[in-house]
Amino acid sequence: MTSSAGTGPPPTPRRDRAERTFDGTPPFPEAARRALADDQLRANLGRATTTIRTKRAAAVGERADWEALRLAGAAIKDEVLHDLPAQLERFEQAVTTAGGIVHWARDATEANAIVAAIVRDHGATEVVKVKSMATQEIELNEALRLEGIDVWETDLAELIVQLGHDLPSHILVPAIHRNRTEIRDIFIDEMGRVGRPAPTGLGSDPAELAEAARLHLREKFLRARVAISGANFGVADTGSVVVLESEGNGRMCLTLPEVLITVMGVEKLVPTWQDLEVFLQLLPRSSTAERMNPYTSIWTGVTPGDGPQTFHLILLDNGRTDVLSDPTGRQALRCIRCSACLNVCPVYERTGGQAYGSAYPGPIGAILTPQLRGIAKHPVDAQTASLPYASSLCGACFDACPVRIDIPEVLVHLRGQIVRHSEATHRVPTTEAAGMRVAAWTLRTPRRLGLAERVAGLAGRVVGRRGRIGRMRGPWPVSAWFAARNLTTPARESFRAWWRRTHGGRVGGGNP
Amino acid sequence: MSDHDAARNAEAREAVLGRIRVALADRPASPPVPRDYERALPATVSITDLFAQRVGDYRAEVQRSSAVGLPATLAAVLARRRVRRLATPTDVPPSWLAAADVERVTDDPPLTFEQLDGVDGVITGCAVAIAETGTVILDAGPAQGRRAISLLPDVHICVVMANQVVGTVTEALERLDPTRPQTWISGPSATSDIELHRVEGVHGPRILDVVLVKD
Repeated sequence: MTSSAGTGPPPTPRRDRAERTFDGTPPFPEAARRALADDQLRANLGRATTTIRTKRAAAVGERADWEALRLAGAAIKDEVLHDLPAQLERFEQAVTTAGGIVHWARDATEANAIVAAIVRDHGATEVVKVKSMATQEIELNEALRLEGIDVWETDLAELIVQLGHDLPSHILVPAIHRNRTEIRDIFIDEMGRVGRPAPTGLGSDPAELAEAARLHLREKFLRARVAISGANFGVADTGSVVVLESEGNGRMCLTLPEVLITVMGVEKLVPTWQDLEVFLQLLPRSSTAERMNPYTSIWTGVTPGDGPQTFHLILLDNGRTDVLSDPTGRQALRCIRCSACLNVCPVYERTGGQAYGSAYPGPIGAILTPQLRGIAKHPVDAQTASLPYASSLCGACFDACPVRIDIPEVLVHLRGQIVRHSEATHRVPTTEAAGMRVAAWTLRTPRRLGLAERVAGLAGRVVGRRGRIGRMRGPWPVSAWFAARNLTTPARESFRAWWRRTHGGRVGGGNP
Repeated sequence: MSDHDAARNAEAREAVLGRIRVALADRPASPPVPRDYERALPATVSITDLFAQRVGDYRAEVQRSSAVGLPATLAAVLARRRVRRLATPTDVPPSWLAAADVERVTDDPPLTFEQLDGVDGVITGCAVAIAETGTVILDAGPAQGRRAISLLPDVHICVVMANQVVGTVTEALERLDPTRPQTWISGPSATSDIELHRVEGVHGPRILDVVLVKD
């Protein structure tokens, strides 16, 4: 391999196809409609989420003090967020003292450039990578590919996504939308293009597929000189960094290469070493539904003779300070990326994660992505603006969240921001704004409401089929409203009309 | 870092910290953290029994042994796993392997990754173990070696002394030194990435045998 540190065009990477990104994802209603039409996807997701929900309930039920752990987790995260400059400075000092090099990145472009420069400075043209949400968010893989650097994802599910030229659909299990047969086919078709081919006669048993991944990646682990990771936690008072995982790919990346680059959001800190006692209990039980995940690696700077001898830590903003600026929305920064909210969400279970159009799917994505994209400050694009509506506000996500993020509260808050932005920028009101104005006029007097109810009862009989009103052709704004909403057909007679007619049921007649 | 990089870094640092200060202009309060969770197991629980049971739940094998019986116990475990070439940290006591029919490959001078990949197994001690979660923790202390040695071989045999076992995560953190590199191990390497179906054994050791030494 040659170094790409010199001048001239970057060498062509072996991964010659562009990494897929979420660019071009349509607004949620359209993306969801496409996902819902995929029977295989719905079957795979339904099976997987049902399994993990049952397991998580058992793992959480074992701890009678679960609520106390949640309260502590939320309070510790708030303590960090409310005192973030001082916490970050302590952390930076501790990492530096222990032999690490701390970088700061304002946005994705800056973070990606820092990583690429470090890789080039070490004369490397490939890196192994531990699964990391932060690097998904900044689309690091594609940025490195354009610099001529091969990136090898080593988490099994990330490997499946990467080999399949696919997009992730879950925080913890990015290939949750794929079943074993699809995975076998991807391995057979793709492994040989980028390294050791799949064993001949590979079957679709999960153990066989895991063995194929072990063989495929081992040569990459043994020769890699640079690794890239995220961080589950950073400890402000000691400079320690914590990564939780299951397979051992994380240990390989964090231990074998000479150089380790860790990309960490600025919100990932806990104040003290002892505070880990809360999160090392909350995270495994919420995430994989285990008492403890198989492997947790904790390192502090550099240890002579043990592990990477060069450690770079990149502290990433990329919109986090925008999230922090919103007193209601900032609780989203408590998130420890466990994915419990995805697994309990009735919307996620049916649409899958790709419909959310970002690295962060599900309920947490619906509140985090719009905020990271700056919704607190300015109007956002239609796809982003659709995310806070990707919810029935049922509240299951809040109950499951180990750090008590009130996701429904933030969803409603963000919907308000979207409406206010659109009022400020649209001379013609949006469908929703128009609808709300009509509703306000209608509800102002009982007479208007009664009139509206009679009209609705009649109209329902005209347009409703099988008791439901679905997508409807009709004049704007009716068509726009129903593009994303199904409605049961209004009753032929309103409650108020029935009450008047029957004197509260005392005179003749139940429901017509 | 070059001068140019250092200047950019200083600028980015000030920008990010400045944005954070602006974002927190409302000066949100931080009430005291409520810590009403359990920090220790009830006194009635046998910590070593619970540890053995919880390690077993991960499909790791647990052998109990007395201190004098340890060489015989380890010899039996190594024979059952068909370990012929055994990597060891330099300071594993020779007495542990006195009865074992193995070729001991000591990490001095440090073994290459290829050499570690080529042995049949590794034996280590541990720093602390946690009963509630069935976890062993290695921190490069006595008889533990560097991190790579317990990672690359396919069989990991971990010797745990009864006085190293604590009840809870809280108690383990109190005993550990944050400056040391740590690996917390709860069962063999595993994945649930395919249909959330758990498979033991991916990249880390596929077999974890824990030998609990108690007189």
